[in-house]
Amino acid sequence: MAKVVAVTGNEAVANALRQANPDVCAAYPITPQTDIMQRFSGFVADGLVNTELILVESEHSAMSACVGASAGGGRVITATSSQGLALMWEILFIAAGDRLPIVMPLVNRALSAPLNIHGDHSDGMGARDSGWIQLWSENAQEAYDNTLQAFRIAEHMDIRLPVMVCLDGFIISHSIERIEYLEDDAVKNFIGEFKQLNPLLDVEHPVSYGPLILPDLYMEYKRAQHEVMTKVSKVVLDVAADFEKISGRRYGLFEPYRLDDADIALVILNSAAGTAKDAVDQFRDRGIRAGLVKPRLFRPFPYQEIADALKSAKAICVMDRADSFGGFGPMYMEIASAMMMNGKKPILINKIYGLGGRDFLPEHAELVLSELADVAKSGKARTFKEYIGVRE
Amino acid sequence: MKPKGWKDLPPGSVITRPGSATEFKTGSWRTFRPVWVPENCIQCLFCWMYCPDMAIKVKDGKREEFDYDYCKGCGICARECPGKKGQKAIIMVEEGK
Ligand code: SF4
Ligand code: SF4
Repeated sequence: MAKVVAVTGNEAVANALRQANPDVCAAYPITPQTDIMQRFSGFVADGLVNTELILVESEHSAMSACVGASAGGGRVITATSSQGLALMWEILFIAAGDRLPIVMPLVNRALSAPLNIHGDHSDGMGARDSGWIQLWSENAQEAYDNTLQAFRIAEHMDIRLPVMVCLDGFIISHSIERIEYLEDDAVKNFIGEFKQLNPLLDVEHPVSYGPLILPDLYMEYKRAQHEVMTKVSKVVLDVAADFEKISGRRYGLFEPYRLDDADIALVILNSAAGTAKDAVDQFRDRGIRAGLVKPRLFRPFPYQEIADALKSAKAICVMDRADSFGGFGPMYMEIASAMMMNGKKPILINKIYGLGGRDFLPEHAELVLSELADVAKSGKARTFKEYIGVRE
Repeated sequence: MKPKGWKDLPPGSVITRPGSATEFKTGSWRTFRPVWVPENCIQCLFCWMYCPDMAIKVKDGKREEFDYDYCKGCGICARECPGKKGQKAIIMVEEGK
């Protein structure tokens, strides 16, 4: 039986990590993630997990320790935020290139400068090309559920890739919500035993990780890495189907919201999607056909599926909680690419919102939807990219 | 041997066949070649100990010829060689000369 509790996002994620009982955890503190590793180290101290806890001196070392432990043949976790992820950057690519199934919650936080500890998505978006699978979460329940599913996805024998589970710093990590925990036994059965693949510690079958690969073979490795990414969506859906059986909660590659006949649509990640859904409902009540897409699997990105879901929309606003300076927001670029799949060209605008923890309010969503309604009617965009919720 | 395609690779850059580095001949990297002068050799085996590429063959405790398939020409052996009466038993000669 599921247990209903009132916990923070961090507490929920830490509990998921406890239930997964990893072999190794490399821990280093950074706001707003610290709470996850702090709680997890408490589980280690209390003997609730059989985890070797490695206290490292930086996030670069944390990810390096994870790479070694994972290649060694264990279930491995860490967690980070913002500058911590930025410091791991070099090693992220090694974890993915060596196909190591590490699971890492990323409590999304803005990047310096200026120094800021609050939530936005610039950290996760910066790791977009690292080869990690990324799952994004609207609330504490999704963060908990995604963390559990991440182990199954990462460790699947067809995949063997690291997975990042993203949740909004403070907004989700530090707010208390009602969530449902699964029983420890149910989680244990769902995740299953860790299966090794070419472990370094198997002395009967010695292997070497990370050799120099020159131009005669490097590209073949990258092509193989591309190939495995094409298999991820199916595994994510299979794992979600199994998860629904034990939890009753349904997950897909993304969440479509009131999209079927939508003329205007928002694309928006994580916690702000909750606020935006209320605004969509209000517009629907007024007879305006509004809808919303909340991506869940960001890497690999489900281009075709999202293009199909947005097929009726005449005007779309992609909301980014991160900017690519000198370019459009990162999610905008994905949706623009997705629109090429069906050769359909709705008017696509981009709003940058909520940077460094700036509140995203219902009136922001309403303003954007009103603008979209005008754009759909006139067939013309006023501006393609603009910041909202910012003072002049 | 047909070069491997991407479908032939193991997941990740993992070498699953131990000792396969012997198939990779590094001798072609050489610009200077060590040459053994047996009459100056005192069989101390310093060269064998210092060589980073195991390119000095030893049989029954005695030094034999260089294994030029793997000798990269780093010159460490020539530097460490004490030789006999100040006469080195290893000299470095430019390849192509
Ligand atoms: S030159 Fe270097 S690689 Fe060659 S035999 Fe001497 S020590 Fe070994
Ligand atoms: S170091 Fe010089 S003297 Fe000693 S065994 Fe080698 S070649 Fe002979």
